[in-house]
Amino acid sequence: MVDLGKHATEVLLAYGVSIVMIIALVGWSLAQAKRAKDQLARQENTHK
Amino acid sequence: MSLWEYANPVKFMALSGRVLPVLTIMSAVLLVAGLIWGFFFTPDDYKQGSTVKIIFLHVPAAMMAINAWVMMLVASLIWLIRRHHVSALAAKAAAPIGITMTLIAIATGAIWGKPTWGTYWEWDPRLTAFMILLVFYLGYIALWEAIEDKDTAADLTSILCMVGSVFALLSRYAVNFWSQGLHQGASLSLDKEQHVDNAFYFPLLVCIGAFILLFFTLVLLRTRTEIRLRRAVALANRRNSHG
Repeated sequence: MVDLGKHATEVLLAYGVSIVMIIALVGWSLAQAKRAKDQLARQENTHK
Repeated sequence: MSLWEYANPVKFMALSGRVLPVLTIMSAVLLVAGLIWGFFFTPDDYKQGSTVKIIFLHVPAAMMAINAWVMMLVASLIWLIRRHHVSALAAKAAAPIGITMTLIAIATGAIWGKPTWGTYWEWDPRLTAFMILLVFYLGYIALWEAIEDKDTAADLTSILCMVGSVFALLSRYAVNFWSQGLHQGASLSLDKEQHVDNAFYFPLLVCIGAFILLFFTLVLLRTRTEIRLRRAVALANRRNSHG
């Protein structure tokens, strides 16, 4: 494991916060994409 | 073949559907590689110690916070001038990514600021411009949600985007306008005399590349979502109007 010295808390906090925000954004975008796909499929099926 | 053909939603969906898997893999690989390189395989700075590793998140996020707004501005202008719906939806799709990048830049900057400057926050010109940019992102997203007619929403958000561009540019150049700020100048420069040491420079370039690819991947994904939602609403309205 890398030795972060006396600033380990700051470095780990910065990486943790950023990675959580990126994962949340990607997850939210994927969930929205799936919901939109399902919604469109439902509408297209009712129009057939 | 003209670039404007991709303003056609059908063509945009076909092309983006082919590009998206490649972009997704490239951005994921580059992001993981860049962050691992930056976190595990770079030395401590002689002054800042290990906190210098925050640069691999802070700089790319700050760059994308500004560039996302610039992309929204270009897309908004295309909407206002040429009335291409895909460009308006692309601008809308980019806003949540831009606000996330702004939040990452502010959060990592605050965490980095405490051991370096002795404070989490200071009303420094660049920091203040970034806070205003954050407020503009919030306003932009809220305006899209508040207006029912989507063309009117696209018009008004485009105008808001033009106004906010002043602050996006200010967040980039504020350190050049005012010298009394805490925030230092640019970490990167085409002039090799000025940028950070190569030990940080190359992993930083990888991280910047990763954030750019991540941005385009998410813009494509979210624009496709917006197009699908728009079509679903149009089909529902057509069914309702036919009774």
